[in-house]
Amino acid sequence: MAKGKHKKVAYYPGCALEGTGHAYNRSTKAVGKKLGLDLVELENWNCCGAMEVKNVDPKIQTYLSARNLSIAEDMGFDTVMAPCNGCYHNLKKAEYDLAHDDKSVEVNARLSSKAGHTTYEAGKVETIHALDWIKDSVGEEGITERVKNSLKGLKVANYYGCMYTRPRHIFPEKDKGPETESTSKPHFMDDLLAAAGAENVNYPLKTACCGGAHALSDSDTSTKLVLNLLETAEACGADVIATECPTCHTGLEMHQVRAEKVLGRKTNVKVLYFTQLLGMAMGLSPNEVGVNENFSDSRSLIKEKGLA
Amino acid sequence: MPIHEKSLIRPENLVEHEELVIDGVDVSGHWSTFIEGRSVPDYNEQLQEEIAAIGGGENIHRCWQCGSCTNACTVNAINPDFNPRFWIYLIRMGLEEELVRDRDIIWQCVSCNKCTYACPRDVNPEGVMKATAHWLELKGYTEMKPSMVFDEEFSLQVFNTGKIEEGKVLQKFFKRTNQPLTQPWLVHLITGLVKRFPVFYLMKLGWGAVFHPRTRDWGRARDAINEYVEERNAEIHKALNLDAKGAD
Repeated sequence: MAKGKHKKVAYYPGCALEGTGHAYNRSTKAVGKKLGLDLVELENWNCCGAMEVKNVDPKIQTYLSARNLSIAEDMGFDTVMAPCNGCYHNLKKAEYDLAHDDKSVEVNARLSSKAGHTTYEAGKVETIHALDWIKDSVGEEGITERVKNSLKGLKVANYYGCMYTRPRHIFPEKDKGPETESTSKPHFMDDLLAAAGAENVNYPLKTACCGGAHALSDSDTSTKLVLNLLETAEACGADVIATECPTCHTGLEMHQVRAEKVLGRKTNVKVLYFTQLLGMAMGLSPNEVGVNENFSDSRSLIKEKGLA
Repeated sequence: MPIHEKSLIRPENLVEHEELVIDGVDVSGHWSTFIEGRSVPDYNEQLQEEIAAIGGGENIHRCWQCGSCTNACTVNAINPDFNPRFWIYLIRMGLEEELVRDRDIIWQCVSCNKCTYACPRDVNPEGVMKATAHWLELKGYTEMKPSMVFDEEFSLQVFNTGKIEEGKVLQKFFKRTNQPLTQPWLVHLITGLVKRFPVFYLMKLGWGAVFHPRTRDWGRARDAINEYVEERNAEIHKALNLDAKGAD
């Protein structure tokens, strides 16, 4: 683990973090400030294509993501941090496609020149997730030494979702031994929260799917998938599910309500972004990490555990 | 011998006689069950090429039918009829009529990428599912499914403005799929928020009514993307032997 990296990186929040996932945006920035890490937002960024544009045409998605990478390059950064799993995945995917697929390179070059900006070429900018960002800059020690309200006694199910680890080939830096992230059993979030005192439960559905891509267009399927995630977390004894993706987070919150209203299955497990938990552990108030912006209400748990 | 795996055979191809005596031997009940011979009158020899012409389907020819995709599949776990391996087989064999039977579930792929993760041959089954769902619509076998309506609304907004405004996508999607915006669970979600933090959310709503996210100077990118989309559509229509306007 190369500590001390990422002191100043380009920041790509993405559309969700300006909308329903604003709590993640707020808490990521607040945690960065606490840790003395600089985030410089990409100037005039655009949507990465999320999980939708690729279904219209995958090459356009590659272009959309590559445009953001070209902005980072123009701004003189060699690293861009994306907290949203969707953005992170798409930027990684664009990087992979531009390094391995001639057709993608051609389409990207054509669209970039017509749009009038730098054509991004593979290898110029590295995309990292908010988890890599904290893990490789201050690491667990950096968290531990800043803890003011330990998360001691808080049982956490760490939920990573799909886009953070799949498919494996777009994440060449993962699966390189115990110090690196694993695509089958990711542990960076577990590590960081444990450093803040949390008690991680053995959650078998870390990388299961919440149905986020069809959260609205096939909501019955999504509700089933989310309900399984929630009930399993409860069966594992978790008080809270820690998330690191705005789509998963909002999906869990929405379908927790929907499962109760439509299927009559009520679950009490709370849902918080890992940055919210880390922030509160480091002494930030719930509002400073955007707890009031979450759809679900986790104030009772926060109060009970003395995090407020 | 009775047929144990009846579930694998389509009911209309199973024939069973309640009472049947052949040459003086009573073979009533399941002793007389047999599978009707099946003939496929017309293959679509171009089927694999048609799917491969649509974005995501390019690698379908690489499949060697190991079944890792179906084994890993999120949707298969809740609906055993959702079977990517089987559909890839049908496409490669040109069995169009068989494939079309499952037209109402193929679109349900949630893009979790478990199949693509597990695939030893880089088939990208997730992409193949999306291409197949698209193919079914282009060929006129199904109406546009809700997920494609959503993808389309979402993409149109990105192409036009560079960014997404979630509320607007949601509104347009519900409108096009004839769903009311006032679904009880959605109402519960929103009223919960506003009740807890009234001032904060009223301010946020006001802000959202005035400020619309968009990328500056997006015009040239928009035109370039739209031009590319048109070009691709023409290519796909040609590969699928559709007239310029498609089946719709």
